[in-house]
Amino acid sequence: MIPSAAAPARAPRATGVANGFAIDARDLTRRFGSFVAVDHITFDVGTGEVFGFLGANGAGKTTAIKMLVGLLAPSEGVAHVAGFDIATQRDQIRRNIGYMSQRFSLYADLTVRENIRLYGGIYGLTPGQIVERTTTMLDTLGLSSNADDLVGKLPLGWKQKLAFSVALLHNPKIVFLDEPTSGVDPITRRQFWELIYAAAARGTTVFVTTHYMDEAEYCDRISIMVDGKIAALGTPTELKEKFGAESVDDVFVRLARGATKGEAA
Amino acid sequence: MQTLRYLLRKEFLQIFRDRFMVAQLMLMPIIQLLLLGNAATFEVKTARMYVVDRDHSETSRGLVDRLQASRRFVAVGSSPSTDVGDQWMLERKTDVILGIPSDFERDIVRTRTAQVQLVLNAEDGVAAGVTQSYAAQIIGAYANELEAELTPMVSTAARGSGAGAPTSAGARPIEVRARGWYNPDLNYRDYMVPGILVQLVTLVGTLMTAMNIVREKELGTLDQLSVTPLSQSVFMAAKLIPFWIIALVELTLGLLVARFVFHIPMLGSIPLVFAAAAIYLLAALGIGLFVSTLVDTQQQAMFVTFFIIMIYLLMSGLFTPIRSMPTWAQWMAQLNPMKHFIEIMRAVLLKGATARDILQPIGILALFGTVVLTLAVRQYGRRVG
Amino acid sequence: MNRNALRAFMVKEFRHILRDRQTLTILLMLPLVQVILFGYALRSDVRDIRMAVIDPTPDHATLELQSRFLSTNRFRIVTTSQTPDVIEPLFRRGRADVALVFDPDFASHLRGTEPARLLIAVDASDPNAGTTYLSYARAVISSYQAELSAQNRQVRIVTETRMRFNPTLESVNLFVPGLIALVLVLVSALMTAISLSREKERGTMEVLLVSPLRPQQIIVGKVLPYLALAFANVLTALLAAWAVFHVPFRGSVVLLLAESILYTLVSLALGVLVAARTSSQRAAMLTAALVTMLPNALLSGMIFPIASMPTWLVPFTYIAPARWFIVIARGIMLKGVGLTILWRETLMLSLMAMLLLAAAMRSFKPRLE
Repeated sequence: MIPSAAAPARAPRATGVANGFAIDARDLTRRFGSFVAVDHITFDVGTGEVFGFLGANGAGKTTAIKMLVGLLAPSEGVAHVAGFDIATQRDQIRRNIGYMSQRFSLYADLTVRENIRLYGGIYGLTPGQIVERTTTMLDTLGLSSNADDLVGKLPLGWKQKLAFSVALLHNPKIVFLDEPTSGVDPITRRQFWELIYAAAARGTTVFVTTHYMDEAEYCDRISIMVDGKIAALGTPTELKEKFGAESVDDVFVRLARGATKGEAA
Repeated sequence: MQTLRYLLRKEFLQIFRDRFMVAQLMLMPIIQLLLLGNAATFEVKTARMYVVDRDHSETSRGLVDRLQASRRFVAVGSSPSTDVGDQWMLERKTDVILGIPSDFERDIVRTRTAQVQLVLNAEDGVAAGVTQSYAAQIIGAYANELEAELTPMVSTAARGSGAGAPTSAGARPIEVRARGWYNPDLNYRDYMVPGILVQLVTLVGTLMTAMNIVREKELGTLDQLSVTPLSQSVFMAAKLIPFWIIALVELTLGLLVARFVFHIPMLGSIPLVFAAAAIYLLAALGIGLFVSTLVDTQQQAMFVTFFIIMIYLLMSGLFTPIRSMPTWAQWMAQLNPMKHFIEIMRAVLLKGATARDILQPIGILALFGTVVLTLAVRQYGRRVG
Repeated sequence: MNRNALRAFMVKEFRHILRDRQTLTILLMLPLVQVILFGYALRSDVRDIRMAVIDPTPDHATLELQSRFLSTNRFRIVTTSQTPDVIEPLFRRGRADVALVFDPDFASHLRGTEPARLLIAVDASDPNAGTTYLSYARAVISSYQAELSAQNRQVRIVTETRMRFNPTLESVNLFVPGLIALVLVLVSALMTAISLSREKERGTMEVLLVSPLRPQQIIVGKVLPYLALAFANVLTALLAAWAVFHVPFRGSVVLLLAESILYTLVSLALGVLVAARTSSQRAAMLTAALVTMLPNALLSGMIFPIASMPTWLVPFTYIAPARWFIVIARGIMLKGVGLTILWRETLMLSLMAMLLLAAAMRSFKPRLE
C-alpha cells in the first residue's frame, strides 16, 4: 500500500460540470443467462474527473466498462457517455473516447511507430498530425530510441504506458482504462498515475477500473462494486469516514465481508 | 477509404514480418504443384503379366506376343499352374494373370470362338479397369487379325458352295473413327494441373482468412478495434483483401509454372481466367471469413475450415466424376465453389471457352460470394452487439 | 519419481482434452462424418454419359443404334441435330461428353455394300473419362455389329475377366480404406500440432521444459492421450467401413488395429514435429494442413495409382505415411494377407514413427545459452 505522502503530485484541477456529466448511468444491468453480472448500477462522472471504478475480481467491473464503451449491450437501464446514449449512439461515442483494454492490446508484431500510425489513421488524424503526436508521445514516454522496436519485445511497463498514450492519441474527451496497472512494478505504477493526472489536467475525464485498492486514493471519486452492485460511492475521504476505516482497502474488506454472507453492505 | 489503407498496411506488415509464413504461402504451393502435378494420372504404364499358357500353340504365343508388343504388358513369369500366379498376385509381384486353356488354337480354327481368362488385381480398382480396357482392345485386335488369316479359307468354301457371300466377307459393316477433342494425346497433366493449382491456392487462402479474425479475438486486439470508430465492413474488408491479393499472386505463379514447366495449353483468354479467379476467391475466402466470425478459438476455426475444405477438395470433380455421385452429393457439389472454378479453368484453358460459355458457373460463384460475405458481415455485427 | 511425474502429466492432459467438450466432439465426430460422407459420395464408375447425336439422314438403322446406346443405361441423349456445328459449343460449355456423328446415308450404306461410317467424338479434356466413354461407346457399336454380321464369321476371343479381391469393383472397397487413411493422418497431425503450438505460444511449454520431466517424457505425455483419441477414431472409422459400407474384412482385425495404431502414431509424431519447428499457432496449423492434406491425398495411391506416376516421383511417395498404410489396409481388408506379406510396409511405418519422434524430441530440448 502506497502511503499518501508518497503519492504523485497532483496539480489542482478545474472542476467542470459545465457541460453536464461526462458519464451517467441509471440502473444499468447486464445478465448472462440467469447470472446477473451488473445489477442496476447508478452513478455519474463529471468532466475532467478521475473516477476509480473499484471492486474485486469478478465483481462485474469489466462487464460494466464494456457496456459503457459499446462492446456489450445492456440488458436493462440507461447510460450516456459524452452525452450520447450507449444503446443507440455507439458510433458517436466511439469517436469521442479512448480505451485501454485489460490486455494492453497493441499489436506485438508491429513496431511502436507502426502501432501509433495505425490507431492515428483509424481515428482520422492526418499524416502530419500523426507524425507530430508520435514524436511528442515518444519524448514524453522516453521511448524515442525504441520507435522501431517490436512492441512484443518491450517490457510490460513500457507496453502499458504506450497503450495508455495511444488511447489518448486522438485527444478524446473520456478515456476508459480497464485494469491498466495489473502486473506492473510499483515505480511504473506511479509513473502511470502521473500520466493519468496529466491527462486529467488537460480536461480529459479518466474512468479507471482496478482491483488495487490503494490506487483509490489517487482518484477524485470512487465506487466499489460488490456482486454486481455498487456498494459505495463517493470521494475516498468520504468513504473512509463513513465506514470508519483507515484506508480504502479497509472499506472494501468490510463491504466484501458483507457480500460473503450474501448481503450487500 | 483512408482507414482501409491504414488497416491493409498493418495486415501486410504482420504477414510479411513472419518469414516462415511467407515461405509457406509462396513456396509450398509451388513446390507441391510441381510434385503433385506429376502424380495425378491414371495412365497405367506397364502391367506385369503372369502367363499360364496351357496350349503352347502358335496362336496362344501370338496372343502373348501381341500383349507384350503393345508395351502395356510385360510377361514377368509363366508356369502351367494358376496357383503360383495367385501367390504372385498376393505378394504383389504381378498385376495380371493371363490364362489360356489347352484347346485355344483348336477352338479358334474349328468354332471361331475361344476363351481366355484374365485375372486382374483389383485392390486398386482404378488401375484394374484401365488395364482391362487395354487388354480388351489388344485381344479384340488380335481376334480381327486371326479372322483375316482364317477368312480366305472360309470364303473359298463359300464360293465353292455357291452361296452368295458378300464381296468383302468378314469385313465389318460399320467403320468407326474416334477423335478425342482438346486433348488428343490424352495428357493427364493438362487436366489435373489447373485443378491442383486451384486446390492449393484455395487451401492456403481459406485457412489463413479463417484464422485471421479469430486470431485478433484470441490476442485481445479485437476489443481495442471494436471500440474505435472503425466501420464493420471496412474491418472485414481489411481482413479479406490481403489474402485475396496473395492468393491471386500465388495463382499467377502457379499459372506460370503450369505454362512453362508443364506446358499446359492456354487457349482462352488469360484475363478472363483472372477475372473469374477474382470472383472465385471472394467466394472461397469469404467462407473462411464467415467461419472466423462464428468460432472463438483459432483451433476451432482450423478444424471447421479444414472440414469444409476437405469436402470441397474431394467433391470437386477432380478425383472422381461428379456425375457418378449420388444425387444428393451432386447437389452438394453444386454448392462447391471450387468445382465451378475448376470447370471454368479447364474450359478456358483447354477448350478456349469465352465469357459467354462460362456464364453459368461465374454467375453461381458471384451469387455465392455475395451471400457468404453478407452473412459474414452480419454475423460479425451480431457478435459485437 | 519421474514416473509419477509423467503419470501426473498425462492425467492432466487427459483431463484437459475431456474438459473441452466442443473440441472433443469435433475430434471424435469429424473423421467419422468424413468417412461416411465421402464413402457414399465418391464413385469411380462412370454413369450418365451425355451424348449428342448428329444424324444428317435419320433412318431406322440410326435410330436402332441410338436405342442400343440408351438401353445400356449409361448414355443419355442430350440433343440431336443434323449438322455437326452444335458439338463445339456443347463441349466447350461442358454440356455434352460424347458426340455420335453418323455420316450421311449411313443406313443405306449399311443395307448395301459400302461401309457405313460414323465418328465418335469425345471430350478428352478429362483423359480418363474420355477413354472410358470411348470404350463404352465402342462396345455398344461392336455388339450391334456382331448382330448385323449375317454369317457371323467373326473370330471371337471371349475374355472371362475376374477382378481379384474386389470382384464387383465396388467403389467403396476402393475408396474407403484410402479415406480412412487420409482422414486419420489429417486429424491426428492437426491434433498434436495445435495442442503443442498452443502451449508454446502461451508459454506453458517453457514451464514444462524446466520441470523435472525430460523432453522425451513430455512428448510421450502429450502424444499418449491423443493416441487414445486417435484410436477411438480408428475404431469408429473401421466400424463404419464394416457396418455402413460392408467393406470386407478378410484378414486379421487385430493386426489391422495394431497397424492403425502404428499409423496414427506416425501422424501424431508428425504433428509434434511441426509444432516444435514453428513459432506460432497459426504457422503450425498452416504447415500441418499443407504438409498432410494434398500430399497424402495425391501421393499415397489412394486415388492415383503409384504405378502410373513417373519414376522419379516414386521416391517422393515414400514420405506420405498414408501410402504405406493404404497398402496395409487394402491388404488386410480386401486380400486377407498378414505380416508375412506386409512386413515391408509395417517396417517403413515403424521407422517413420521412430524418426519423427526422435526429431521432435531433439527440437524440444531446452537450449543452453
